[in-house]
Amino acid sequence: MDVTVKIKRFDPEADHPESYWQEYAVALPDNATVLDALIKIREEQDGTLTLRCSCRSAICGSCAMRINGHAALACKTALSRVLDGDNAVVVEPAGVMPVVKDLTVNFDPFWDKIRAVEPYLQPQGAEPAGEYIASNESMLHLSGVTACIMCGACVSDCTVLEVDPTFLGPAALAKAYRFTADPRDGNREGVSRERLHQLSEPTGIWDCTRCNECVEACPKGVAPMDRIMALREQAVNAGFTRNNGARHTSAFTESVGHSGRLDELMLPIKSVGGITNVGAMLSYAPVGWRALTHGKMPPLRHKNVENVENVRRLFRKLEPDLYGPEIGKSSPFG
Amino acid sequence: MLEHDVLVIGAGLAGMRAAIAARANGANTAIISKVHPVRSHSNAAQGGINAALLDRGDDWEDHAYDTIKGSDFLGDQDAIEVMCRSAGKALIDMEHMGVTFNRDDEGKLGTRAFGGQRRARTFFVGDFTGQALLHVMFEQLIKSGVQSYEEWFVTSLIIEDGQVGGVTALEIRTGQLHAIRAKTIIFCTGGCGRLFEPSTNALIVTGDGMALAYNAGAGLMDMEMVQYHPTTLAGSGVLLSEAARGEGAYLRDKNGNRFMEKYAPNMMELASRDVVSRAEQTEINAGNGINGCVFLDCTHLGEALITEKLSQIREIGIDLAGVDMVREPVPIRPGMHYIMGGIKTDIDGQTTLPGVYAAGECANVSVHGGNRLGANSLLDTIVFGERSGNHAAEASRSIPFLPFNEQEVVSREEQRIREMLERPDNGDRWGNIRLGMGESMVGNVAVYRDHQSVEEAIRDLGQLRDRYAQVPVHNKNRVFNTDLVFALELGYMLDVADTIAVSALDRKESRGAQARTDYPSRDDENWLKHIVAKKGEVGPEISYLPVTITKWELEERKY
Repeated sequence: MDVTVKIKRFDPEADHPESYWQEYAVALPDNATVLDALIKIREEQDGTLTLRCSCRSAICGSCAMRINGHAALACKTALSRVLDGDNAVVVEPAGVMPVVKDLTVNFDPFWDKIRAVEPYLQPQGAEPAGEYIASNESMLHLSGVTACIMCGACVSDCTVLEVDPTFLGPAALAKAYRFTADPRDGNREGVSRERLHQLSEPTGIWDCTRCNECVEACPKGVAPMDRIMALREQAVNAGFTRNNGARHTSAFTESVGHSGRLDELMLPIKSVGGITNVGAMLSYAPVGWRALTHGKMPPLRHKNVENVENVRRLFRKLEPDLYGPEIGKSSPFG
Repeated sequence: MLEHDVLVIGAGLAGMRAAIAARANGANTAIISKVHPVRSHSNAAQGGINAALLDRGDDWEDHAYDTIKGSDFLGDQDAIEVMCRSAGKALIDMEHMGVTFNRDDEGKLGTRAFGGQRRARTFFVGDFTGQALLHVMFEQLIKSGVQSYEEWFVTSLIIEDGQVGGVTALEIRTGQLHAIRAKTIIFCTGGCGRLFEPSTNALIVTGDGMALAYNAGAGLMDMEMVQYHPTTLAGSGVLLSEAARGEGAYLRDKNGNRFMEKYAPNMMELASRDVVSRAEQTEINAGNGINGCVFLDCTHLGEALITEKLSQIREIGIDLAGVDMVREPVPIRPGMHYIMGGIKTDIDGQTTLPGVYAAGECANVSVHGGNRLGANSLLDTIVFGERSGNHAAEASRSIPFLPFNEQEVVSREEQRIREMLERPDNGDRWGNIRLGMGESMVGNVAVYRDHQSVEEAIRDLGQLRDRYAQVPVHNKNRVFNTDLVFALELGYMLDVADTIAVSALDRKESRGAQARTDYPSRDDENWLKHIVAKKGEVGPEISYLPVTITKWELEERKY
């Protein structure tokens, strides 16, 4: 088939370096991948076209880039799936990370964040003579995470990293989960308290906005966002509740469980630990004023939805341990 | 100037294992790789890692025997003994580091069957064992404090009066050339699969370390022993793991017959790789395939098993060939996969050059002889990576730095590269030369080969080498100039290709992966010996070394 590949290029050595688009026409077999097209261009038409690639089978993680606007592995993307009506495809470098040249980006910030989660097993106590005994299910579950090939597709499309470069991000947090969920890591109960403590700090697990882009982008089914949610649960269960994220979750659930709807006035207040947090209260003042003057102020008196008992019953049914008959009076997290 | 006691070149499993061992022994250690460590080709090992664990009722001697028989008796039995004895510890070490091996019902490490072995001793993580091991090894590298030069490409080895002094390397991201001083160097640069087209190997697998060592005077041993893997995907030639057959998949011809009955009635699909690949090629040549392929049939294994244990190769089939192995047989054929040959070393990784070591696929210890068993390569990298690192760290205590002139060395290398960049555009491209080499190697140094075909390869290589001397580099820039890197790699590849072809021409018998139609039998009387290719005036010069036989006697090889 005859294909047009539209590539976003960047030459840092140009007199005035700025990105530009270049189109290549290339003929390929019907089952060719985007990577096949790029290699053919590089080898036969334009030796200056620069990209990383190696294994051609979605295991080395070199060729993550944006294809038609979304991060993917070029080697795992069949052209036939992404061509538009004119047999064209648009290829850009991965997002978030700075471009070095053409489709090659600088992974230094990526690896710095991986390093920041102390990415190696830290068992406490003496090693056994043989292997650690662990259930196959626990290992299969972990292998679903260690299947991560560090390609950076999730980081590329992370909507938080786009605006906040300090966020640890989906790849590093999935990596962290790989240890916190490992029965061999941490104390004898397999709890990595120090890890969970660190991850509960700002830039960590509570900074994810749950946009799901990383889950969509991941070519290996790692589902980083789901791992971040699991980390949140682990952290709360381990008692790391004195932070905005955990309090937000708690207040949200408490409000809905009690009244059937969100108490929008109290949610931000409870999230920062109550009105005694004077600094946070003051920081809310401008927002509060704008809400008031624009008629967006939530009602001061929060009301239950009609038939709220049905909602409460749902909560009791789903989480009997957390939502006894006294629902609403105690936090689900104690 | 950059200075290290131990400099490891290549950051796959062998390289990282060597670096971690050297660092643990107190050596100032660095690792240099043309790609980031987790991009290394160890990733591609799918099926598993072999070890005979005593508490499973297994015995290292049984593992050794299977390995020796698999090697068609060309493997050195003392080296094989070292590997098989060390396997249990190497495996448990990896588990303790955090590898998420599949388990059995008791929570212990689970096994699967693999080719050429009489019992199941292959430990695995789904069908991505290499990736699982590589990433865990990288975790340990981070922990170790080893200095890492990532995306640095080694352009030359510095040797003066027989003493190694370091390397010159191109920092790919900036285009800057550096000299790195080192007392000892460990090559862990992997194989040379891209000499062949198609190959299961990643694009980075270009024989760099083999060529550097060869050009410095080291011997490359048994280079004719090139493994064609029985199950590579039609079209792209990507690997589909032996794990499929280990889990019970069948090979079928176009009529649905399990043809392995004819070639290996006992082991069937799980005969050693050379045997299975020859069987497939024979069937394909006889017209029993379709479009040059026979079929890997997994349809009777069930979706649950495939999802748990073969998920990656299922995806590959869907993505690259549009075939779902759960539902239909996958077209496959033998494809170049591995080289048993490599830089000749002893059991501590020492080459014939003082201070220069090699481990992993680039080395030949020799534990694989004429044919490597599946899942012995990961084991090889870890066992001999560690041994090399230990030995190099120890040796570097009593070796001084070579006082070479950094400026002079770097500017000489810059001059060479400048000359390449300034060549006039004659219309040729390195990509065309590489393709010509790859197709000639696959066509002429194939599963079956003979004097005439190998001579043709040698003729082709000579012509390609002439073209290579004139080939232009189109990208003249410094930053991330992969065009230049590929052109430099091609030089390495042509050197290694020569040694393969000349060795294949020399060995006038059929043993292991060397199947000569003009000499169809194994000839122990004349050819039970290693072939060593060293750089001569006009090309590789051949010499011989005896095969070390300890307690396993020669026998006819049947599966």
